[in-house]
Amino acid sequence: MDKRIQSVSEAVADIQNGSTVMIGGFGEAGSPIELIHALIDSGARNLTVVNNNTGNGEVGLAALIGNGQVRKMICSYPRSSHSKVFPELYRAGKIELELVPQGTLAERIRAGGAGIPAFYTPTTVGTPLAEGKEVREFNGRKYVMEPWLQADYALIKCETADHAGNLTYNKTARNFSPIMCIAATTTIVQARKIVAPGDIDPECVVTPGLFVDRIVQVAEPLQESKLIAEGVSYP
Amino acid sequence: MSDSTEMKKGWSRNQMAELAAHDIPDGSCVNLGIGIPELVAQYVPEGREFLYHTENGLLGMGPTPESGEEDPELINAGKKPVTALPGASYFHHADSFAMIRGGHIDVCVLGAMQVSGNGDLANWSTGEVDAIPAVGGAMDLVQGVKNIFVITTHCTKTGDAKLVEACTYPLTGVGVVSRIYTDLAVIDVTPEGFRVNKLAPGVSFEEVVEKTGAPVLPAA
Repeated sequence: MDKRIQSVSEAVADIQNGSTVMIGGFGEAGSPIELIHALIDSGARNLTVVNNNTGNGEVGLAALIGNGQVRKMICSYPRSSHSKVFPELYRAGKIELELVPQGTLAERIRAGGAGIPAFYTPTTVGTPLAEGKEVREFNGRKYVMEPWLQADYALIKCETADHAGNLTYNKTARNFSPIMCIAATTTIVQARKIVAPGDIDPECVVTPGLFVDRIVQVAEPLQESKLIAEGVSYP
Repeated sequence: MSDSTEMKKGWSRNQMAELAAHDIPDGSCVNLGIGIPELVAQYVPEGREFLYHTENGLLGMGPTPESGEEDPELINAGKKPVTALPGASYFHHADSFAMIRGGHIDVCVLGAMQVSGNGDLANWSTGEVDAIPAVGGAMDLVQGVKNIFVITTHCTKTGDAKLVEACTYPLTGVGVVSRIYTDLAVIDVTPEGFRVNKLAPGVSFEEVVEKTGAPVLPAA
């Protein structure tokens, strides 16, 4: 079961207008910047994107948003010192925002992949983010019901993949990626290294290959903060 | 304390952080919010060991790396470069928030816009129409972590009380704060409301009462 694809453009070619796309990463750590740029080149529009943030500068996720391809962002923190693309579009009413607390976002994604349609969490009880949601009491404490989150595609960056799609990550670049891999119908991964089956110790596999559909090698990925410092914008 | 503001009335940011660090028991697992709370890590009392959790997937977080040693894939929740200490572990976001929501983290130190006498916290949004709402992990932290400490100036830059009867900004959590470290006093949130635990040098109980927007009880 060899899941290798030759190029990033081939890997994202079938992403249709209107798709829901989960994109791994916490800020620039773990952001699959080459896959995002390939999605910009593909021109797919009207996308719903799930990511913790909304990108920085005018590269990667911020460039995808700036290019008018995203209809709606589902995220926990759409602000950062270098994010200007999203705030401008949001204030102009040109992009929708679903604000989700970070832990609820993670658990909704995990639940989506695990076949759990909803769950109860104490997070947001008594706050504006709980408005209109079902509240139920368990052992005398209130909890808010939250639905699962699933996607048509996940775009993921990993450190090492084998041909079968078993993955390992690098440090805090792991963040949302393993749970997004399980919550998407089609998971597309860019890997710094691709190795033969057996070269990753089964005890060390973080994402089992079952959850991965396509892998493409990007040996030297661009570094978002470097591009921003150099004033680069994409395309 | 060798702070340059030593002779001034009240406590500096560093002194507030040091006071909070002294109230954290040995062996605690600690999550520090962005801003003044980050300073707490500089004041771990002699003989105590804390294990730092950062919600983006690292337990055993160490100090800022030397210049030139930064790794863009090893960062904290504020997206600043950090290090991993021997014995550290990495994990994905659902596991990280299971640690938080599941009650496995002992202390979280956060900043605040407002705290009410019953421990309600507002620290994520001013509710202004033009503001970009951003919540991050704050709402999960306040619900799941056993002890929520707040470090904040007692009043805003324009002199308004941050310790109030009822928060006017959108809430982060209801009844979640246990202790507040301000430049004027350490204040506990008790079933009877705010109670002074300790006054800063040169600060009177009357001044704290005057600058607080809710009833305050004197130290027990």
